[in-house]
Amino acid sequence: MIVPLDLSSKATSQRKISDGDTVVVYERHDAMRAITVRAGGVLQNRFGVFRHDDWIGRPFGSKVTASAAGGGGGGRGKGGGGKGGGGFVHLLAPTPELWTLVLSHRTQILYVADISLVVSYLELVPGCVVLESGTGSGSLTTSLARAVAPHGRVCTFDFHEQRAASAREDFERNGLTSLITVAVRDIQGQGFPQEHTGAADAVFLDLPQPWLAIPSAGTMLKQDGVLCSFSPCIEQVQRACEAMRPSFTDIRTFEILLRNYEVREGALKGVVANEESSAGPHPQKRRKLLPPAETLDGVIQNSSSIMVRPCSTARGHTGYLTFARLRISGTD
Amino acid sequence: MAAAAIPREAWEGCSVLLDINDGDRLAFFRLTPAATVKIGNRNCSLKPLVGRPFGSLFSVGPSGLVPCTDDSSRDDKMQDAADAPAQDETRDNRSLVDNNTAQNLSSDDIEAMKRDGASGDDIVEALIANSSTFGKKTVFSQEKYKLKKQKKYAPKVLLRRPSTRSICETYFKKSPARTGFMRVDALSLLLSMANVGPYSDVLVVDMVGGLVVGAVAERLGGTGYVCSTYLGSASSSIDIIRMYNLSSDTTSRIVQAPLSDLRSLQNSGNASSVLNDNIQAEAPEANAVPVENTQPSVPQQVDTALSDEQAQSTEVEPIDIDISEPLLDEQVNQDDKSSLGKEDGSSIASKSLRAGQAPSAERMKYWSEHGFSSLIVAAPDHDADSFVADLLPLLSYSAPFAIYHQYLQPLAACMRSLQVSKMAIGLQISEPWLREYQVLPSRTHPHMQMNAFGGYILSGTRIHNGCVCRAGPQEKTNPNGSSRRLVPSPAR
Repeated sequence: MIVPLDLSSKATSQRKISDGDTVVVYERHDAMRAITVRAGGVLQNRFGVFRHDDWIGRPFGSKVTASAAGGGGGGRGKGGGGKGGGGFVHLLAPTPELWTLVLSHRTQILYVADISLVVSYLELVPGCVVLESGTGSGSLTTSLARAVAPHGRVCTFDFHEQRAASAREDFERNGLTSLITVAVRDIQGQGFPQEHTGAADAVFLDLPQPWLAIPSAGTMLKQDGVLCSFSPCIEQVQRACEAMRPSFTDIRTFEILLRNYEVREGALKGVVANEESSAGPHPQKRRKLLPPAETLDGVIQNSSSIMVRPCSTARGHTGYLTFARLRISGTD
Repeated sequence: MAAAAIPREAWEGCSVLLDINDGDRLAFFRLTPAATVKIGNRNCSLKPLVGRPFGSLFSVGPSGLVPCTDDSSRDDKMQDAADAPAQDETRDNRSLVDNNTAQNLSSDDIEAMKRDGASGDDIVEALIANSSTFGKKTVFSQEKYKLKKQKKYAPKVLLRRPSTRSICETYFKKSPARTGFMRVDALSLLLSMANVGPYSDVLVVDMVGGLVVGAVAERLGGTGYVCSTYLGSASSSIDIIRMYNLSSDTTSRIVQAPLSDLRSLQNSGNASSVLNDNIQAEAPEANAVPVENTQPSVPQQVDTALSDEQAQSTEVEPIDIDISEPLLDEQVNQDDKSSLGKEDGSSIASKSLRAGQAPSAERMKYWSEHGFSSLIVAAPDHDADSFVADLLPLLSYSAPFAIYHQYLQPLAACMRSLQVSKMAIGLQISEPWLREYQVLPSRTHPHMQMNAFGGYILSGTRIHNGCVCRAGPQEKTNPNGSSRRLVPSPAR
């Protein structure tokens, strides 16, 4: 279960993988997928053929090996050597963060940086009620569910019937149906349903024209409740902020990005000047850093150290996040 | 749930965050009967705030703080003025000379107006009327001028509810050294990356004043536990949790234990006798019994032994600070050294009977068998590499962890060690970048001032590094891998 709703469903060291569980198969940091474990089931990937039966009964977090080398070069590369089908993967317990990385993208999704800031700024705690539109692929929705669990509620709306159905399936697979209700509704055209008036602690909008939904969001929120609108384009942000001003205060817009770093253990090369040339009037020119381990051309290797630098590829933009609080309606 | 998840009104004794003049001054206060706030040269009682909704605005009237309407009328008028002639704005500042002669009212005139009972807004209007250059300014410039005068002569106090977000931002703005320069996006990432959610047992090393412990407890909301562990024999202060207005249920979930105790549990495999002394102080654990006993499948029978102690703990006590204590306000505005006068863990135990208790022996046993759900380390002055190897074996297999640090090199060294020891996968060092924008008609751009650094985070997932071949329920699951040093091999 992706979000434990009681003590027994928590993934701990004692909890064993069972038939029907969802595991996240970790092949590499950028290659993961969610698999439902089935007795007799099989996973075939670049590292080989894996039998689900080998997984059942083992703890989450286990390393499992392929029972046979897969057809077409299984076991090659970083999977760990091809010693008789010795390719391996790790089986992880699903979490909302892992789910964001493995879910099937029906739409553009939100990633952990935006998600984490949204959950903080919406001030979600267990028991809260949060409205969301659109549902999209359910990436943020899953994290919202964790934030309000075990007794809160996420009411999410999408105008696309197919996508709403896919989202519902995902939530069911992840055991989240008691926390999340999905409805098909055009929030831009119709606003949120009356039944939620004054009941929402927070509202999240990821819509092409959020200004159309903002007045309705205002009626859904409790006093001092928080609204968030996510938009990729600055023009959308400007119109959204304009729409917020009558009923909202403390309007703030951010963008958040993550910069990742890569770590390497190695040695940078140092240089020592030749003995002959430095033996003369300026011996201090000899820049020897370490006891000599010189190669023939005078280049020495420094001892190995850990070096770190930013990754050169990075996400440049996802969207702008605008947060606002519902104004207190004035009287004593 | 009967009680609302979020309290919407201030109550007597609660902790509040006051925002004076739109962020110019931020301070925490506790609404005790004698509490006051100094605004300008006046001490105003905070009594008018009790019972008022969070988000209410107050102005300073003759008798102190009075609720005032959120200046929506002012804002709209300003906004309309700003929006409409944006295209037609022909004025500019070519003839405006800043030589202090534009204002005709003197400070004596203003004092006289105050004595005559003029309101702050009246004075602002008078200043505008008596400014010879006001009419020549662009509409944006007029707006700025008016806001500036209002801040000085008609200060406003905004009553804010303390939450992870507002507490973190306030400390970051006013006293960042106290919280290890942890910016709100970094803290939010820690909470998400460590999968903090219901029923989680989160192991935390919090050397940032309690900001992380409080944030985790708030997200747990009464289920699970946050075990704040510390090296050595004395815990560091986690006083910041008092700002959070945590309910007693939530507070009872905060326990403290030295790392040495947790590790000795690992090695011995059963509850250490050292902890038996603490069973008497079991009040928090007893409160937990009703929640946990509804799950018969979990071997929690030992907890029922504590039901006798439930009788001792019927009173529900919120965390409280003596009335005689100085305003929290003072602490935030001072250096990090002087947090409420005491740095050692005993101050928590004496003042708040709920938070910071030692965990019961049964709970320790549970953790030794099941492991913690996740780990958050926020020890910006410590070398993570030296103790992370001791902390990871305490986690469940497949448990995520997130380590915050101010410096990159210690995290890089830690990441390398973890790669070599193969205790974790999915290792990643991230640095969050956060930029705020001003969004106004014809004036949208990023803020001129920006914070350039909020910390680094090393995240990953602990894995089962035991023998690959064995499977089945008989497998010993004592997750103590720290003594095994595997042969270094290229990282995956």
